[in-house]
Amino acid sequence: MEPLSNRRKQVEKKEMTFAERAYLPAIAQGLSITLKHFFKKKATIQYPEQTRERSSVWRGLHVLKRDEEGRERCTACGLCAVACPAEAITMTAGERKVGEENLYREEKYAVTYEVNMLRCIFCGLCEEACPKAAIFLQDDKIAPARFERDEFIYGKDRLVEPLKTTETK
Amino acid sequence: MESVDLLYKAIYILAIFGITLLIATYSTYFERKIAAFIQDRVGPNRAGPAGLLQPLADAGKLFFKEDFIPAKSNKALFILGPGVAMLVATMSSAVIPFGDRLIVGGHEIVLQAIEVNIGVLYIFGVVSLGVYGLMIGGWASNNKYSLLGAIRAASQNISYELAMGLSLIAVLMMTGSLSLREIAEQQAGFNWNIWYQPLGFIIFLVCAFAECNRTPFDLPESEAELIGGYHTEYGSMKLGMYLFAEYINIFVASAVMSTLYFGAYNFPFMENLRQAISDPILANNVVTLVGVVAMFTKIFLFIFFFMWVRWTLPRFRYDQLMKLGWKILIPLAILNIILTAGGILLKDYLF
Ligand code: SF4
Ligand code: SF4
Repeated sequence: MEPLSNRRKQVEKKEMTFAERAYLPAIAQGLSITLKHFFKKKATIQYPEQTRERSSVWRGLHVLKRDEEGRERCTACGLCAVACPAEAITMTAGERKVGEENLYREEKYAVTYEVNMLRCIFCGLCEEACPKAAIFLQDDKIAPARFERDEFIYGKDRLVEPLKTTETK
Repeated sequence: MESVDLLYKAIYILAIFGITLLIATYSTYFERKIAAFIQDRVGPNRAGPAGLLQPLADAGKLFFKEDFIPAKSNKALFILGPGVAMLVATMSSAVIPFGDRLIVGGHEIVLQAIEVNIGVLYIFGVVSLGVYGLMIGGWASNNKYSLLGAIRAASQNISYELAMGLSLIAVLMMTGSLSLREIAEQQAGFNWNIWYQPLGFIIFLVCAFAECNRTPFDLPESEAELIGGYHTEYGSMKLGMYLFAEYINIFVASAVMSTLYFGAYNFPFMENLRQAISDPILANNVVTLVGVVAMFTKIFLFIFFFMWVRWTLPRFRYDQLMKLGWKILIPLAILNIILTAGGILLKDYLF
């Protein structure tokens, strides 16, 4: 068959030279390569003490934001759950009662809100889908390793941003 | 023998035993460190400063693991296997001269556990017994992988012992003695055997790798195809003994190679150092101690070389191993004997 590109090369099997058959030159070459690596700078990052530098758009653990007055922004619209390709988000919605205006910004809020960190692929689509700017993927936190699977289902207790108790100017 | 001598011998033997075990323990640490460095990693560094307590942690782990004996195995032999491997490995360092003689209080102390005039034969005999440990263990496990590993170990050791012995004969022809101490003494200063026996040394080195079951000849325990070979069924400290015996064998092989080819405790400018010190007893002691350091430096360099090669070369295929042993190394060793004989005759004729 005519070659489609002219990059075809004829392969030939050459007889090995004496030096090649004697192994030793090749072994010496290999040893010199490994010796070079012996003195090279090591690639290891000493993990708990050092962490790898992250990009500024790095996506980490989710956080449910509060607004300036400390009210939860999420209105349990479910758009994030729909957008999520991994189906990691579940929630139940509830109606805000009278007197709870300082807790929830909208009339409807998320009673439970769970992200399964084992399913989540940290794509950030929930963040993009949210109309209330309520969910963000933090750039400095990761979901740490745990022993039990249920511990990877993060509820509101671990997702909602803690209240700022002291006023910062 | 005087009782003082006996006491000294006992202390010396215990010291050598301790040093052997210590070096074998820390060989595991250095093996891991060297492997890591060659692969651009840093290796164990959590247990103690720079990971120096890692061998202790490993030993502790091995001790506390379940000591398991397979139901269908031959129990007595199963226990005997690692014991034999360990015993034989520790026996062989007895005849190695780690240094010349020290003079303490008019007493002459020879830094060698047993001075025998057949040291080389003793080493060979004991080292070839080592394969019994692997054979017994592999056979007793009642596991086909173990058995295959044991068979490989046996045939490999037999094949390579031939070439090893033949390459050694050339050295013996030159020195005319089977005593390791005499061989060491003849290499005074920088007059090492390696200058006269480069080919013999390479053959001996390759065979030493095969005898110690080290890569590229680690077929008896090749993880990929035999899941660990003869020690597949072993766990806990019995496995530890096998691994330990391997490192002791490396230490002994390094010591033997240093003694036979690299001048043992001799180092360049030895006589200059001896003459520089006026008091003859002090001079002798200083030279001896520096000699001991030189010996151990050589041993450590060889151990490093063993590890360096392990993390560079892939494993041979079994037929290649046999081909290398029988068709290349043995003829080369015979050629080396003929060349050496010719050289000796020529020297006698000319001078
Ligand atoms: S980051 Fe992606 S996968 Fe994770 S919860 Fe949000 S949308 Fe789902
Ligand atoms: S986080 Fe945003 S998108 Fe998800 S339910 Fe709450 S408001 Fe809707």
